[in-house]
Amino acid sequence: MKKELVKKIPLSISESSKVKKKIAKEVSIAIAEAVAQCKVDVISAYPITPQTHIVEHLAELVNNGELEAEYMPVESEHAAMSACIGAAATGARTFTSTSAQGLLLMYENLFIASAFRLPIVMVIANRSISAPISIWNDHSDVMTMRDSGWITTFAENGQEAVDLIYHAYRVAEKALLPVAVNIDGFTLSHVIEPIELLDQELVDKYIPPLRMKYKLDPKKPITMGAIGVPEIYTEAKKAQDEAFKASYKIIVNAWKEFEKLTGRRYQPVETYQMEDAEVALLIMGSLAETAMNAVDFLRKKGKKVGLLRFRLWRPFPLKDFLRAIGKIKALGVIDRAVSHGSTGGPVGIEVRSALYQSNKRPKVVNFIAGLSGRDVTVDDFVELFEKTYEAINKKPKFSYEIYGVKE
Amino acid sequence: MPKDEGLISWKKLAPGMFILEPGNSVKFKTGDWKAFRPVLDKEKCIKCGLCYVFCPDLCYKRDEQGYYISNLFYCKGCGICAQICPRKAITMVLEEA
Repeated sequence: MKKELVKKIPLSISESSKVKKKIAKEVSIAIAEAVAQCKVDVISAYPITPQTHIVEHLAELVNNGELEAEYMPVESEHAAMSACIGAAATGARTFTSTSAQGLLLMYENLFIASAFRLPIVMVIANRSISAPISIWNDHSDVMTMRDSGWITTFAENGQEAVDLIYHAYRVAEKALLPVAVNIDGFTLSHVIEPIELLDQELVDKYIPPLRMKYKLDPKKPITMGAIGVPEIYTEAKKAQDEAFKASYKIIVNAWKEFEKLTGRRYQPVETYQMEDAEVALLIMGSLAETAMNAVDFLRKKGKKVGLLRFRLWRPFPLKDFLRAIGKIKALGVIDRAVSHGSTGGPVGIEVRSALYQSNKRPKVVNFIAGLSGRDVTVDDFVELFEKTYEAINKKPKFSYEIYGVKE
Repeated sequence: MPKDEGLISWKKLAPGMFILEPGNSVKFKTGDWKAFRPVLDKEKCIKCGLCYVFCPDLCYKRDEQGYYISNLFYCKGCGICAQICPRKAITMVLEEA
C-alpha cells in the first residue's frame, strides 16, 4: 500500500471532534469513525449481524470519499481475514469486523495472522454460536479463539469501545500482533450512547504511520509462511509465545499514554468497590454495568461486595488479577459461554488455574449466565452474590452452574 | 543427555519465522529424507533426459559427457526417474543406515 498517501481526514469527523463534547452516536458508527480516524489503508469484511453497521458505515465513508482506503467486499469471512493478512503483510494498516459464525469461518486464518506477527485489528460484535441459531449476545464466539495468539480486549460501554480501537492500533503496531476488540452484540453495537471521539491531532500523535520492518516488498523479497519442519516449529512457537507475553507491557503502557492524552484511565483488570470487599463477582463486557448496580444495592444493605472485570483477556493479566482479588473470601466467576465437558466456563477454568499459583485463594464458584442475550438483571446479580456468599462455608455441589435455566 | 534437535535458537528467528534471505531453499538439504537412492548404469543410458524432465525436485543435471546425474543433496528417493527410464538404466538402491 502507498505509504506516501496523505489521507484526507473525513470532514465530519474532524469537525465533530473539534467540539470537545460528547455526541450521541450508535456505538457501531462511533467505532467506524474511530477506525477511520486511525487512517486504515485496507478494510476487508463480510456483513454479519450484529457487526454489520460498523463495516457498512466504513463502506459509506470510503464511498463518499471521506476516507481514503481500499474497501474489499469479499465473498466470506475466510476471505476477509485472508485479505487482511495479505494487505498487512505488505505493510498496510488493516481492519475487519465479524461475529459468531463469521469468526468461526475465519478461524484457521486467525492463527496465521498471529504467527505472522501482523498488526491486524478486528472488532468482534459478540454473538452466540449456532446451533440453535441465534443472533443475540454472549461470548461463545470469542472464547473459541482464546488460544489463537490474538491480543483480546473487552469493552464495557461505547466510549470504552472507541477508546479500545485507538488502543488496539497503538498496541498491534508496537507489539506486531493482531488485536481483537470485543463489544457485546446489540447491547453495545446497536445502542446510542454519548461518545467523545478524540481530536484527529491526538489520534495522529497516538498512532503514528505504520512502518513495518519486514513486509512483502518486491524490492526486498522475503519469505512468509515457510514450512516449519520439526527442527524449527518449536523454536517458532517459543518466539511467538515470548512476543505475546512481552505484549503485556506494551498494552499497559499504551493505556498509560492514552491517559496522558485524554485523561481517561484504563487498566487490564477493572475493579469496583474492591478495597474492603469480602465477596466479589467477576465478569466481562457490558453486563458489568448492571452488576455495578447490584453492588451499589448490596453495599447500601451493608454487604461488603465488589466487582472485577477483565478488560484484557489475552494475554491473561495474571498479576493484576491476583492483586485485584485482595482478601476476598469467595469469588463468583460469571461466564458467558459453555465449555462442554470441561470443569467450568472458559473464564472459570482460567481463573481457577491462575489462583492455583496463589496462597491466598478465595473459594471460587462458576456461573454460566446471559447466554444468547438472556437478560441478567440487577436482581440476578444480587442472587449470584448470595450464591457466592454461600460458597464461603459450603462447597458447591458442581464445579459450575448454568444459572437461570428453567427446570 | 537428550539430543538437541533444534535447527536454530528461537532468539535468532526473524519475527513470524520470516526468511529474510531470498532463494535460500537451495541450502535446505532434503537428501537425507530418502530410503532409496538412484544409481545410474551408464552402459544402458541413452542420454534421453526423461529422468531430468520428470524429477519433481529438479535434482538432475547434465554433465559434460551428456549423462544426467542426480544431486543426492536434494534427491528424496521417490524413484520416479527409475520408473520413467525407458532403458531401465536407473536402479533404486537401499540407503545404508
